[in-house]
Parts: sequence; structure tokens; C-alpha cells
Amino acid sequence: MNFPILSSLILLPSIGALFLFFTKSKSENKITVKYVALFTSLVNFFLSIYLWFLFDQTTSAFQFVEDRIWIEGLINYKVGVDGISILFIILTTFITPLCIVSVNNSVTKRLNEFLIAILIMETFMIGVFCSLDLVVFYLFFEAGLIPMFLIIGIWGGERRVYSAFKFFLFTLLGSVLMLVAIISIYWITGTTDVVQLYELGIDTKYQNLLWLAFFSSFAVKTPMWPVHTWLPDAHVEAPTAGSVLLAAILLKMAGYGFIRFSLGLFPSASEIFTPLIYTLSVVAIIFTSLIALMQEDMKKLIAYSSVAHMGFVTIGIFTIQQQGIEGSIIQMISHGLVSAALFLCVGVVYDRMHSRLITTYGGVVTIIPKYAILFMVFTLAALGLPGTSGFVGEFLILMAVFKDNFLVAVLASLGVIIGAAYMLWLYKRVIFGKLINSELKKMIDLNKSEAFTLICLAIPTLYFGFYPEPLINTIEVSINDLIDTYNFSVASKQ
Amino acid sequence: MNNIELILPEIFISLSIMFLLILGVFKKNSSKIIHNISLLVLLITAVITFNETLSIKQIILFNDSFVIDYLSSFMKIITLIAAFVVLLISSNYLRTFKIFKIEYPILILSSVLGMMVMISSNDLIVFYMGLELQSLALYVLATFNRDQLKSSEAGLKYFVLSALSSGLLLYGCSLTYGFTGSTNFNVIATQFDANEYALTFGIVFILVGLAFKISAVPFHMWAPDVYEGSPTSVTLFFTMVPKIAALTVFIRFLYVPFLNLIDQWQMILVFLSIASMLFGAIAAIGQKNLKRLIAYSSISHIGYALAGLATGSNDGIQSSVIYITIYIIMNLGFFSCLLMMKRNNIYYEEIDDLSGLSKNHPLLSISLLLILFSLAGIPPLAGFFAKFYIFKSVIEQSMYFLAIVGLLSTVIAAFYYLRIIKIMYFDEEKDGYDKDHSLWLKLSLTVSTVLILMYFIFPSQLIDAVSKINII
Repeated sequence: MNFPILSSLILLPSIGALFLFFTKSKSENKITVKYVALFTSLVNFFLSIYLWFLFDQTTSAFQFVEDRIWIEGLINYKVGVDGISILFIILTTFITPLCIVSVNNSVTKRLNEFLIAILIMETFMIGVFCSLDLVVFYLFFEAGLIPMFLIIGIWGGERRVYSAFKFFLFTLLGSVLMLVAIISIYWITGTTDVVQLYELGIDTKYQNLLWLAFFSSFAVKTPMWPVHTWLPDAHVEAPTAGSVLLAAILLKMAGYGFIRFSLGLFPSASEIFTPLIYTLSVVAIIFTSLIALMQEDMKKLIAYSSVAHMGFVTIGIFTIQQQGIEGSIIQMISHGLVSAALFLCVGVVYDRMHSRLITTYGGVVTIIPKYAILFMVFTLAALGLPGTSGFVGEFLILMAVFKDNFLVAVLASLGVIIGAAYMLWLYKRVIFGKLINSELKKMIDLNKSEAFTLICLAIPTLYFGFYPEPLINTIEVSINDLIDTYNFSVASKQ
Repeated sequence: MNNIELILPEIFISLSIMFLLILGVFKKNSSKIIHNISLLVLLITAVITFNETLSIKQIILFNDSFVIDYLSSFMKIITLIAAFVVLLISSNYLRTFKIFKIEYPILILSSVLGMMVMISSNDLIVFYMGLELQSLALYVLATFNRDQLKSSEAGLKYFVLSALSSGLLLYGCSLTYGFTGSTNFNVIATQFDANEYALTFGIVFILVGLAFKISAVPFHMWAPDVYEGSPTSVTLFFTMVPKIAALTVFIRFLYVPFLNLIDQWQMILVFLSIASMLFGAIAAIGQKNLKRLIAYSSISHIGYALAGLATGSNDGIQSSVIYITIYIIMNLGFFSCLLMMKRNNIYYEEIDDLSGLSKNHPLLSISLLLILFSLAGIPPLAGFFAKFYIFKSVIEQSMYFLAIVGLLSTVIAAFYYLRIIKIMYFDEEKDGYDKDHSLWLKLSLTVSTVLILMYFIFPSQLIDAVSKINII
């Protein structure tokens, strides 16, 4: 353990951003700037694949741990990965280069700054998934607000200012209570080191309040009903690459946080609050699915479907069973791929027609057939058709819930049906039907880079749909251990 | 007289003031040379303080009326450095308004002398002497641009209200003296009878006076007007330097003579702190003028520093000192930006004048962006750590209400900082500003931005420096 591979993963994008900062953004070196960013993120991607290759799947202990004193006696800079976090890191490093490729047409002004923001964002996102110290986690978790605020605000659509403010203030408001909880944990136990906290455990009498404080942050970020309202706004106004980052990775921070911190640190509180999570998630699934059904705006529809999908994730996590949590992680990875792809698909037609309204389109299947095929793949993945990664996650989650709570399972399954309805209806209205709008005839099919990004996303979606084994192997041992610890601490307290 | 080297900084600075006054009277057109000598004097005083007194744990001089300990040395050095930077970057501004006169640096030096005496005072009379010396110099500084109505108004307002608060302070001091029989802090501490209600009155009057000096709510009313009306370079001075001295005196009063009455003053401080944090955050939302906005923001920042003091622990004091230090760096950066907003010899200070700044001045606006996010307390910038230390010590004392209110007001405050960022980055651009700024101005902006941005890499240095402060 000599080479600090995780710190390199965290720092590399920032170094790339620093490099971009010192290059002048003139029109002629736009291409160069993009290649620099792409190169940085690709190096990071291969580094993370190498990390996966080195990763030992047979142990649940944290690997590649780096532990340095940061503030004497207070905070240690501690990073490490286990089976739960490594997949999210790879998802991040995989999505970022695709985002950079996709900025072709959508971002016309200040390309240089845009790429800097995306790379800085990558640093913070990887940091969130690596950190093994609560303060370090909070630092990365919050810091991500700055670049995302700028991405929405500078490069966004018409109501970008409103959306950027809403995004920033909602998330900040959720997070401040988490900071209080983190400092309280420090004074209760004397450490903020996650590994030590796993061993020490936190006294049951404090757990409920602490759990709620963490929940307030994660619930906003997930987002759970009723604090989900920032998400559709942020998604609709953000540029395509911003929406992709937001849907694919930012939302996963909260799911990850639930598994790592809410379950790991506060087992007895998690048990108490499971009904709360179930209720909110079921409401989210059904309510937002119905809302999605009525949307006119394609991006908004996908945004609401994200809320519904994240509802499945939270249900899965709080079943606290092997299948449920595995399903949740696979669902998150799958949603990362699929929602990213769907936002890119919307971006493709938006670049051509400058409209996100469903009614603008219709009958484009003969004009842009390649697009229609790829869009089909992702639509089916989003509704969880067997053979796509979406199915694996949802199926595992539903299996686990059926064991735990029949009513929740039935209601959640109802959500799956509505989900299928709105996705298929969206597809039908955009792709099939009569070609009424004559403007559409001028549309050009996917260009090379668009096709490339979408195919890059389609391959893992289908591959993991047929063969989820690599994912499950990676996470299995860690989750097993998590559940054992959970059961042990719950049993010992009763 | 073998302790003379301990007050060498004060002696040196007073002799320099007299020398500069004489030089200014007898030499024509000497404003430039006096400006430069004053800079040198501040620097030398800082070096002397660093060399002579920083290593001293605690010595009390002159019939126990003058204390030199680590807290006083540290705060004096910060005061001197801050005053030095203010003087360094204000020359262009003063020239533009044709107020580049000999009195300006001399007044700053005298107020700094007053502050140094305040910081080291261990006696009510010495404290009051220092306070008046600095206040009188500050009144004149506020009116320094006397041809402008607003500046005169600011000075007059400051004078009247400040005199009132000094009166209250003096009344509190006399009550304290009357019931303890001494003006010495240490004697007061031993003679204190916690059951004597008149003494509680004394404390309240003294705290009110001090709260006025650092513009804590509800004694803040003067701050926005004075900050707006004074010349920008003087506003910069007001927002930073007097607060350091006043905060030190606050610490000294609370933790030396009044320590036994902690139950009484803790409530007052918690109230002052919560009121300042909330009011500063809410009132700033409606502001259009950047100087007024920064006045409200400084009120809210003082609230956080007071929250640290309210804990009654050494940790709390240290976190307050860290907070004020980081706050000064952020403020310096902010005002450097403000002093750069000049076009055709006119300085602009409305928020809307920042519109679309990022297109014409990308570097300036990225610095301002970082400074604003740091003021809002977003990690990983220095402002976050400042708040983190405060809340750490507040939560240690289980003052959860204070912590939660404080954090909620950061969210409110974030709104108006974001608004400035929105105007800079999201709005349409206006004409560009001049780019020929003095080297010092550019340097102070660069250094403060880099410190804010890079603080997270070396956070321990400041903590180590402050950890020697030990009052209780």
C-alpha cells in the first residue's frame, strides 16, 4: 500500500481543472480545452478500473486506506473503499468523461469554465464516496454545491436563477443539521472516524436525534417526498451535462449516505424509523409517478421518474436484508446509467429543435431511426424490463420487501406499473404517431459522439441486466458484514 | 524600569505619532512621506511586539493595570497587520477623493495605539483611556471625506451614539468600582459578590457599551449608516480593526473580572449572539449598497464570534479568535474587490454595479466568488472552518439551541451572498472597470483569496497559534 491511489483519484480532476484555469479560452483552442478535460477524466476512469481490478472481493474491511492527521486531535484525512463505495466511484469516473463528450452543442459560452466546474465536481463526488471520516465526508458533500450551483446558474435555461437558488438553499438547509449531528458525535464518542465508530457504536439514547439530523440532509438530497421539489426545477433548467451529473451521481450520494451512515452508525434508530422511510418512499413512488404521467416537459418527466426510482432505493435499503440492499445499490448504479442516458437523449433532440415539450415531437421514428432504437433501450431499462439492469435492482428490492411488509410491496409494485405507463407513453408520443410538425423533417440523426456516448451507456445497462454477477460479487461481502453488525447491535440492545 | 521593553511597541508608536505630527506641520506636501513612514511604523511595531512579547505567558505591569499575555500579543499583531494592510491599499482611493492628507495615517496610528492599550488593559481606567483614544480618532476618520454630506453625517452619527454608549459604559464601570472598591480587574474578580444586584447592573451596562462598540444587535443601529457614509477605505478599517480590540476587551471583561458571574452574562451573550446572527442575516437580504450589505454581514459575523465567547470555555475563546482572524482575511479580500470597482475616477458600490462582472474581469470575479462562498461558510473554504470551530465549542457545552439557530442563519445568509454571485455570474454585463490598480491592491486580493482557498490544506497552523491563548 504505497501508492495513494484514492487520493490520486480525488486530486487528478482538480489538477486538470487547474490546468484548464491557466489556459486562455479562445475559440481556436476550444477543442484543445475539451481534450484536456477528457484526457484527465479518462485517466481517472482507467485508474478507477485498475482500482476495481486490485480490489479484494473476499473481505469487508476497508481497502486502500489512507490515514493522515489533518487537524491535530480533531480530524484525520481518512479515505478508503469497501464493496459498497467502489461501485459509486467507478460510476462517477465513468459518467464524467461521457458528460464532457456530450457538451458539444449544448454549451456555447464559457466552455473552459464549464469543464472546470465539471472536473471540480468530479473531485468532490469521488471524495464523498471515499471519505471515512464524517467531517471529511461533510466537507466534500457540501462543497459539491458550489460547482453545481454555478453549472445550473450560468449555463442553465430560462428560470435558471430560481432553480439554482432553490437547489442550493434546499440542500444547504438539509445539511446544516447533519453538521450539528457530526459535531455531537465527536463530543459523544471522541472521534469522527467512521471505522472506529463502527466498532465503538453510539449510545442508543442519542441515536434517534442523530439519525433524524442525518436524515434531514439525505432526504433532501435523495430526494424524498415532500422535499423533492427542488429536483424537477434543477433538472429542467440545468444544461444536459449538469442534469446528467445531478441524476447519475449527486442523488446517489444520499443513497450511499443512508447505507454507510444511517444503517452503519445508528442501527437501533434505523429500525425505529423504517416505517417512516417506507411511508415516505411509497408516497414518493406513487405520487411522483402519477405526476410524471401528466408532464408536458420531457426533462421534468424524467426528473419525476428519478424521484420514484430513488423511492425504490430507499425502500430497499431499509428492508435491511441482503437482497434489498444489493438491489438498492444495483438500482442506483442502473439509474445512474439510465437516467444519464435519458437526459442525454432529451439533450440530443433539444439541441436540434430547442424544445423539450413532448407535443413538439411525434412520428420521428423514420427521420432519426438510430436515435429511436437507443431511446427505446433506455426507456425499457427505465421501466425495468427483464434483461436490463433496471430489472435486476427492482426485482431484488421487491423480493426483499415482500418478505418484510406485504402492503408496501404491493404499493411499490403498483408504482412499477405506473412507471411502465409513463415511460412507454412518453416514448410513444415522441417517437411514434403521425408526423405533424414539419420542422421535424430537418432533424439529423445521431452524430458520432452522441451515438458513442449513448452506446457506451447502453452496453453496461444491457450487460449488467443479463449478468449482474460482477456487481453482486463486489458488494456481497460488505453488505453481508453490514447486516451482521446491524443485527448484532439491534439484538444486543433489546 | 526593567520591564520597559514590554511596552516598547506602545512607546514606539506614540513617539512616532508625535514625530509625524511635527513633520507634517513643518514640511510642506509631506503626505506621501508620512504615509510611507506610518506604514513602516506599523510594520516595525508589529515586529517589536512579535519579538518582545509573544513568548511571554503572562506579566502584569504598572500596579497591575497593564497585562501582557499571549492573547494581548496575538491580538496586537493582528491589529497592526490589519491596519498596515488598510493603509497600504487605501492610498489610491484617498487620492481619487483628494483626501490624501497627513492626518489620515496619523489618525490611524493613534487609533491603533488606543486599541493596543485597550487590548492590554487590566484596569477600568486604563481600558477607558484606550477606548476613548481610539474612538476619538475613529470619529474623525469617519468624517474624513468632509465635502461629502454622507461622510459628515456618518461621523456625527457615530460620535453621538458612541458617546452615549461610552456614557453607559462609564456608568457601569463606576457601579462596579463602587461595589468592589477597586478598578483593577483581578481585585474586582476576588471582591465580587454575586448576590449584589447593583453589580449585575454594572455588568449589564458595561456589556451594553461593549456590544455597541462591536455593533452587536440590538446596539447595531449606527453600523450600516456609518459604514455606508464613511470613505470606503475607512469602512474597511471599521469592519476589521476596532472589532479585534473590542472582542479582546470582551474576552478580558467576561473572563477576568466577571468570571464568577458567568450565569448572569451567559444569557446576555447568548441573546446578543442569536439576535446578531439572525438579524444580520435577515436584514442584509434587502440591501442594495455593498457597504451596507457588508455592515449587516459583519453584524452577523460578530454574532458567531460572540457565540464562541458565550460558551464560557477556553475552547470557545480560541474559536472566537480564530473566527475573527479568518473573518478579517475574508473582509480584506472583499474590500480589495470593492476598491477595484473604479471607472473614470468614480468608485461604484451598488450591488447592481457588479452585474456581469465575470465576463470583463474573470479573475476578479472568481476571487470575489470564493470570498463570498467563504463568507457564507461553504466548505472547503476558510469561512467554513471558522464556523466549524465555533459550533464545535458551542456543542461541547450542549448549547444546541444556539448551534441550530446559528446554522439556520447561515442558510439565510447564504441567500444574499448567492445573490451577489448571481449578479456577477448570471446577469448581463456592463462596462468594464479600470484595470490599472496598484500592485498592493492586487497583492492583498491575491493573498487573501489564496489564504481562503488553501486554508484547508494547512488548518493546523492557525489552531496551533491560537491554542496558546489561555485565559481561564
